[in-house]
Amino acid sequence: MSDHIVPVRVYWSVFITLLVMTVVTTSIAYIDLGPFNLLVAMTIAVFKATLVVLFFMHIKYSTNLTKAIVISGFVFLLVMVFFTMCDLLTRNITAPGR
Amino acid sequence: MITTAPVEVEAPKNYINAEYGLKSWLLTQDHKRIAVLYLISITFFFLIGGIFATLIRLELATPAADLVESNTYNKLFTMHGIIMIFLFLVPSIPATLGNFLIPLMIGAKDLAFPRINLLSWYIYILGGIMTLYVMVTGGVDTGWTFYTPLSSTYSNGYVIATACAIFVAGFSSILTGLNFVVTIHRMRAPGMTWFRLPLFVWAHYATSLLQILGTPVLAVTLLLLGLERGLHIGIFDPALGGDPVLFQHLFWFYSHPAVYIMILPAMGVISEVISTFCRRAPMGYTFIAFSSVAIAVFGFLVWGHHLFVSSQSVYAGMVFSVLSYLVAIPSAIKVFNWTATMYKGSVLLSTPMLYALGFIGLFTIGGLTGLFLAAMGMDVHLTDTYFVVAHFHYIMVGGAILGYLAGLHFWWPKITGRMYSEAWSRISAVIVFVGFNLTFFPQFVLGYLGMPRRYHVYPPEFQIYNVLSSAGASVLGIGLLLPFVYLAFSLKYGALAGSNPWGATGLEWQTDSPPTTENFAITPVVTAEAYDYAAGQGAKTVVVA
Ligand SMILES: [Cu+2]
Repeated sequence: MSDHIVPVRVYWSVFITLLVMTVVTTSIAYIDLGPFNLLVAMTIAVFKATLVVLFFMHIKYSTNLTKAIVISGFVFLLVMVFFTMCDLLTRNITAPGR
Repeated sequence: MITTAPVEVEAPKNYINAEYGLKSWLLTQDHKRIAVLYLISITFFFLIGGIFATLIRLELATPAADLVESNTYNKLFTMHGIIMIFLFLVPSIPATLGNFLIPLMIGAKDLAFPRINLLSWYIYILGGIMTLYVMVTGGVDTGWTFYTPLSSTYSNGYVIATACAIFVAGFSSILTGLNFVVTIHRMRAPGMTWFRLPLFVWAHYATSLLQILGTPVLAVTLLLLGLERGLHIGIFDPALGGDPVLFQHLFWFYSHPAVYIMILPAMGVISEVISTFCRRAPMGYTFIAFSSVAIAVFGFLVWGHHLFVSSQSVYAGMVFSVLSYLVAIPSAIKVFNWTATMYKGSVLLSTPMLYALGFIGLFTIGGLTGLFLAAMGMDVHLTDTYFVVAHFHYIMVGGAILGYLAGLHFWWPKITGRMYSEAWSRISAVIVFVGFNLTFFPQFVLGYLGMPRRYHVYPPEFQIYNVLSSAGASVLGIGLLLPFVYLAFSLKYGALAGSNPWGATGLEWQTDSPPTTENFAITPVVTAEAYDYAAGQGAKTVVVA
């Protein structure tokens, strides 16, 4: 909907970055990083998703309203993860004095 | 504001007689025609869900299992829940009244995306057909909540097919919400500022946010359930490295807000009806408007109150309990504002107003008993008893369905151009109210005494309350069937409604009944505040039977 025309060069470089990051994800899966396994995998995944949202979905060039709506979607995702983790991480704590 | 006075030459063209033939309906992009398509289809599913309810109440009339065996009973309450929630309550007010009225109320020709609107109806129908397929091929027995590990491992029903049906129907809901948000942002007539919007539109804006943000989570949850059941990917099964409580977190992240998807539009209807029949602007417009948005936002933070006895951490439970109490505040704001609007007003007890009064009382009972359930200690005793069943039926039937009936009766003259019998409709409103309370109030007692939900055999001392409930259900059934008769009758024999039979102020009352395909002859320019009854505009023709 925005009139902004993105040069094809940008699409190609994003595409190639995504491919490179896929290779990185796959190869890093063979290395055991212990507790950092999840962190590293998620960081790469979030980075890739951000590229897709910003460039392929044109959010970088959209109005502030569109940006606000995209961000609020992620905020609600964080809310979901946050409260679910509130449960998961405190399940085994017993009340003091027991 | 504009007023159109059509000169009587033949029948004036409107959205109904603009074109004829099945094709003109099935390929229409007119939001009003799509609303009528939705009205017919949700009514069909309401009847199916009602048949299941009837069978349930018949079975429960005696303590023994005389009508169906346990397996069949499990399928009955599951299909009742799934059809009533996903195929009736969620689309009920938004897809029919919202679809019809939002463009009219904001002075637009149509919704922002007419084709997507039609697409959403077809998606809904596809989901409905898939549900019917499940129903006739053997049904599903997990309850509408699909809790794991029953649904993922042990159930013999058509879980994956049902999950697919709801997955599909969910997209219709998302598309409707998306359409409304964009329409309300972009299509308002000149002068229709945000704070001149009717409260019905504010309520639908809040509802749309819930539909857009919540429904995808349900879709993903059902997808994960299907993946575990079909391909044994470990998500919820501890043996495969999953967590069964995770399912409940994900499911209720949608399904608690889904309650607000059902009740917020009804609240929007009630605001319109009360203001019209009290002849004054609703008390505290901004409070009602923002409380809708507050309910939508806070509604996302309380889902854990469904998990108090599901091995959820006590500490998380405390947080969810407090947050659940907080969400009562915006609901109470609305109830106080509605009653304050009526205070010392000249209240006209027409049918929509009768339903609105019923709504206020029943929603208050439903909401307050929700606080009982949000208290962790109390909930241990009441979880999965008939107290819960009574509580959510007070919200969903006493609230959402009464709101829907209030709205249907209020805007029926606008939708069809005809008046129904005021006497019959008042009688039926009273029958619905009496029948409803007779059906569900005994269930509070039953639940408090300890009768669990979802069982078809029970100790004989519970029979008296179950008989009361089943008797009430037959009264309620009559009350709900009566509108089919007098509304159908009104289509042919009802008096012509005129553009503004209730003397209301909204833009939708400033155009013909039924409206033309374009809604307004010229784009209206709004110069007055909403609900400007003091100025006396619109308050001319009042129909009293
Ligand atoms: Cu809830």
